[in-house]
Amino acid sequence: MTSTVVEPVPSGLRQELGGRLRDWIPAVVVFLVGIGLWQGLTTAFDVQTFLLPKPSEIAQAFWDDKGVLWDYAVYTFKEAAGGFALGSGLGIITAIFLARFRIVGRAVLPFAVAANAIPIIAFAPITNNWFGLLNPFSKMAIAAILCFFPVMVNTLRGLTSVDPRSIELLRSYGAGEVSEFRLVRIPSSLPFMFTGLKLAAVLSMIGAIVGEYFGGPTNALGVSILNDTQLFNFPRAWAGIALASAFGIVFYGAVALVERLTTSWHPSARGFRGE
Amino acid sequence: MTADAPSVVSIERVVKTFRTGVTALLDIDLEVAPGEFVSLIGPSGCGKSTLLRIIGDLVSPTSGTISVHGKTAHQARLDHDYGIVFQDAVLFDWRTVARNVSLPLELLGWDRARRRRRVAELLELVELTGFESSRPWQLSGGMQQRVSIARALSFDPALLLMDEPFGALDEMTRERLNLELLRIWEKAGSTIVFVTHSIPEAVFLSTRVVVMSARPGRISDVIEIDLPQPRGTATHEDPRFFELVTTVREALAVGHGDRSVRDAAPAVEEL
Repeated sequence: MTSTVVEPVPSGLRQELGGRLRDWIPAVVVFLVGIGLWQGLTTAFDVQTFLLPKPSEIAQAFWDDKGVLWDYAVYTFKEAAGGFALGSGLGIITAIFLARFRIVGRAVLPFAVAANAIPIIAFAPITNNWFGLLNPFSKMAIAAILCFFPVMVNTLRGLTSVDPRSIELLRSYGAGEVSEFRLVRIPSSLPFMFTGLKLAAVLSMIGAIVGEYFGGPTNALGVSILNDTQLFNFPRAWAGIALASAFGIVFYGAVALVERLTTSWHPSARGFRGE
Repeated sequence: MTADAPSVVSIERVVKTFRTGVTALLDIDLEVAPGEFVSLIGPSGCGKSTLLRIIGDLVSPTSGTISVHGKTAHQARLDHDYGIVFQDAVLFDWRTVARNVSLPLELLGWDRARRRRRVAELLELVELTGFESSRPWQLSGGMQQRVSIARALSFDPALLLMDEPFGALDEMTRERLNLELLRIWEKAGSTIVFVTHSIPEAVFLSTRVVVMSARPGRISDVIEIDLPQPRGTATHEDPRFFELVTTVREALAVGHGDRSVRDAAPAVEEL
């Protein structure tokens, strides 16, 4: 594949990683060019720091306070992850229930789809009120509600859009409904479920941060970002936002990695298996 | 059939009307004796696939009775009395070839060692040894269909239901799989009900060809195929083979002619 190989290639894995790294090169170039332009233009046009700090200032602010900001981000990420687990878990269980009892599903689904269109994040002050500002569960709750709908709707779609002949095949073996779910519906719903989970990973971080904007303990990243803007410490606020983004991206990446490992059979993943 | 042996499949006055009001099958009577290879042939919409699914208790008839091995079709299905092969292989992409073949055995609660032995035997039978850990999508269409046949045979069902199993394959693969199927049929001694729309295929494989006509789906003719067994490439050269192909073709044409006359009649009235 590659032009020069330094040492013998022991397995397909190295080749695969090499191929994937090469796939990333254009994205990395775009990122670096973007940062460079940002730095160059803010310097050239002397943009005020409170409008848009230079990347170097943001990096400096992060470096000066990295231990504290990191701890804040970990705290907020724990809220997000808790909300993700709770909301996604409930979403998957509900989807299985609705797929099993179609009549209930048909009755409930329009509302679930409609609920998906509600700006759920607007409920953040309400969940703060329910569980208390300082209770991490108030942020987990809003993150969980945000995660629930995309996971539920996508998983349900996966569970119900199964090749009818697969079901006929299992019926021909006298298999019951439990086997039908275990052997066909759940495995074939995984690609759909992961579409929902990847959305949920991003939404959970948004939910936790926005929940914190409406109040929370001082060791939370959202509270820290809000305080920094109010104290005109914009580079530090931007550093917090960058850190929140990094956690969101890594979380998304982790879910995508689990997806790749569990649904390597799916057509969308086959391209990486090497010809 | 007045054979002494009890029928494997016994169908009496079966009618199937779909909810749309379309009569898919009308007054079907059919007996299939042990060891027979019966093909159902007819134009599309004649209900041949529906009839196969009724035998397998995957579709329930509107009226009439079906028994399989002297039991109700429902009981026969729960007792794993038949294996089924569809036009597409219907393999699960998330399972390896070996685990696709052993799927029915898992449902029957066989232990791992016994399953592995049986899968090895079956893959040898369909000439796929070495592909145990391949994924279905890595195989050609013909290989996939052989996996699906191995799966249907895995638990040694006395009855095999096949719904146009080679319909999606190219002619060369189809001929090779026809020969393989006959070899398996002779070896396993099973009874096969086979749906096809290929006249030469039906004549080549079957001991009896059931000709069906459409709207409503009925049995218009039953033709005994008296070609010598075992059959092979020489069978295709046998003059009797061509005679029988012609007989089936004419029977289909008669059924088809009936239908066009009937279809034309209301149109004239409407004018």
